[in-house]
Amino acid sequence: MASETTLTAIPTGVVGKQAPGIWGFNGGQMIALLIMIAALGAAPFFLYPVFVMKLLCFALFACAFNLLIGYVGLMSFGHAAYFGMGGYVAGHAAKVMGLTPEISIIAGGLIGAGLGLIGGWLAIRRQGIYFAMITMALAQMVYFFCVQAPFTGGEDGIQAIPRGKLFGVIPLDSDMAMYWVVAVVFLCGFMAIHRVIHSPFGQVMKAIRENEPRTTSLGYRTDDYKLVAFILSCGLAGVAGATKTLVFGIATLTDVHFSMSGEVVLMTLVGGLGTIFGPVIGAAVVIGMQNYLAEMGAWVTVIQGVIFVACVLAFRRGIVGEIGNLFKVKL
Amino acid sequence: MSLSRRSALLTGAALGIAPLSRAGAQANTIRIGVLNDMSGPYRDISGPYGVACAKQAVAEFGAQGFNVEVINADHQNKPDVGAGLARQWYDQGVDMILDVPTSSVGLAVAQVAKEKNKAYINTGSATSDLTGSACQATTVHWMYDTYMLAKSTGSAMVKAGGDSWFFLTADYAFGHALERDTAAFVRAAGGEVKGQVRYPFPSTTDFSSFLVQAQASRAKVIGMANAGADTINTIKQAAEFGITRRGVKLAALLMFLADVHALGLQTAQGLVLTESFYWDLNDRTRAVTRRLLPHLSGAYPNMASIANYSATLHFLKAVKDMGVAAAKASGTELVNRMKAIPCDDDAFGAGSIRADGRKLCPSYLFEVKSPAESKGPYDYYKLLGTTPAGEAFRPLNEGNCALVRS
Repeated sequence: MASETTLTAIPTGVVGKQAPGIWGFNGGQMIALLIMIAALGAAPFFLYPVFVMKLLCFALFACAFNLLIGYVGLMSFGHAAYFGMGGYVAGHAAKVMGLTPEISIIAGGLIGAGLGLIGGWLAIRRQGIYFAMITMALAQMVYFFCVQAPFTGGEDGIQAIPRGKLFGVIPLDSDMAMYWVVAVVFLCGFMAIHRVIHSPFGQVMKAIRENEPRTTSLGYRTDDYKLVAFILSCGLAGVAGATKTLVFGIATLTDVHFSMSGEVVLMTLVGGLGTIFGPVIGAAVVIGMQNYLAEMGAWVTVIQGVIFVACVLAFRRGIVGEIGNLFKVKL
Repeated sequence: MSLSRRSALLTGAALGIAPLSRAGAQANTIRIGVLNDMSGPYRDISGPYGVACAKQAVAEFGAQGFNVEVINADHQNKPDVGAGLARQWYDQGVDMILDVPTSSVGLAVAQVAKEKNKAYINTGSATSDLTGSACQATTVHWMYDTYMLAKSTGSAMVKAGGDSWFFLTADYAFGHALERDTAAFVRAAGGEVKGQVRYPFPSTTDFSSFLVQAQASRAKVIGMANAGADTINTIKQAAEFGITRRGVKLAALLMFLADVHALGLQTAQGLVLTESFYWDLNDRTRAVTRRLLPHLSGAYPNMASIANYSATLHFLKAVKDMGVAAAKASGTELVNRMKAIPCDDDAFGAGSIRADGRKLCPSYLFEVKSPAESKGPYDYYKLLGTTPAGEAFRPLNEGNCALVRS
């Protein structure tokens, strides 16, 4: 895998190879994208719409996380902070300030990006385990803030958040109306991430992942690139959290807790690190398990563990990574 | 490697198919969904025992012209999982959701029940908002809330002689509310509050310096305004310091028989706590406990698990009273009927449900026995005081519930 995207390929090779695809998608990715869009359109008629909405919010969250770990090689253990704060701010904006849903979601994204600016500025100065520990420490600070701050409602969270009217006109109270909004938010986020990865900026990100000192020696300010990638990832995580808050009408401590940071790592690993579609499939597997296995009582966590072990043992590249390997395409 | 991969795939496929084989809803079947914690910190308090208690109530209610089905799921203490499951259940024909510990999940499910106009009986959350600012016409709050715990432990304890208090408070909204409410009841009953210390929440595991401060205040009672693992740790460390052996009482504000069992009498002796049910209170509680025991795999019921028994019985009575079709049509009407007919069961005796959805029952102040006083399994409590049903809960007009004002 490393040899495919080594630095020597960057100036001409990679860009030249992908030019024939549409919007930077190669053949396999185009098919996968069409399948995904078809599934998005059909899902609410076959599956429970609220479940699919939750899945899409987590899929966007995992995609945002994957942007960082899969393409820059930065392992953040504190992404729950940006996801959860996005949710709290959107909930506060929609309930107390009475703002419309699209403004609330944008507010959630902005606060995620703003926190990402502070957290990233501090964390990117270190690498590897130190980077992960700094992000985790910052996330714990956000968690403590959420436990204490008056506007978050402590351990009860913000409850009964109205979904409101989109642009002030279209009511979102019905699950189907909300579903299409969530689907559009997810697709926009997904395409944005894809665009970033295939931009010249994305090429530098991948170069940093493969060999940071060499990228520096080529004249790139790697810290600046890492910071921008961190802010983008956090902003999208904030958008995902804000959307989830509007879907359920609640924002609680679960979303800022560090176990949520672990869950998003799990989703990305199960789906496939560094693949565009991997996090979506990973989120579907993890959220599906939480939802459909809930009726098995105490077995949920056991089964979750077994599936995780099975994935790590049998599919090293994650589900999507293995499928891509099977068909010899990059997904 | 290829073999293990194939077997892993097969196992995965088998697991994926398992939950799909579920029967659809039938018109003459009342479905009760027990939504609680089956794997986390509240498992031993209700969890599988709460489900068994609800099933026992269905068995005792017997055949009355309609079928009753009890299903259960684990909300994993996540509000979004809980609210999502509740939505799905109500849409798939579940008529009442029961239990739901953890306040954030309890409040979230109340919103869903209101939206879907279905009955919701909470027996596991402590937040008094369920019958206050967040009250709904579809909600019944069956068991303890923070007001009742503070009142019983605060004022009954002063009456029993513990008239000077020191508080050990978890520094977040729930801890502050418990401390404030309990201190108010202590003062109202003529007691004195000598001071308080607030410790960072969560992640405080060493309570020694706080306990020493509490001891230095020379208060007769140390009130623990916290919950769960913090309370357990405080009690263990207080026992190690020998605080309780020197005559100082530890008062737990949210504690159950299962927690005392887990701690053991040696550690928990002398602890003061409030519950609404104890199996050895009277002939009726002993009778219902005897009937339940074969289904509880060795554990004894506490107020949270047996509330599911009591609530299910009353719910089924109301369904029978108004007919299955009418009960399925409107959760608000069903809950109104539950409020209209009087409650009576072996666990809590005679009672009633108030306009704001509050089930009324007496609360009892217990002291944990010493190992020498305990004569048999689960012989743990001695009664210190009783707060009658009419006084145990927050007065109707002080809750700020919209159902009461209109």
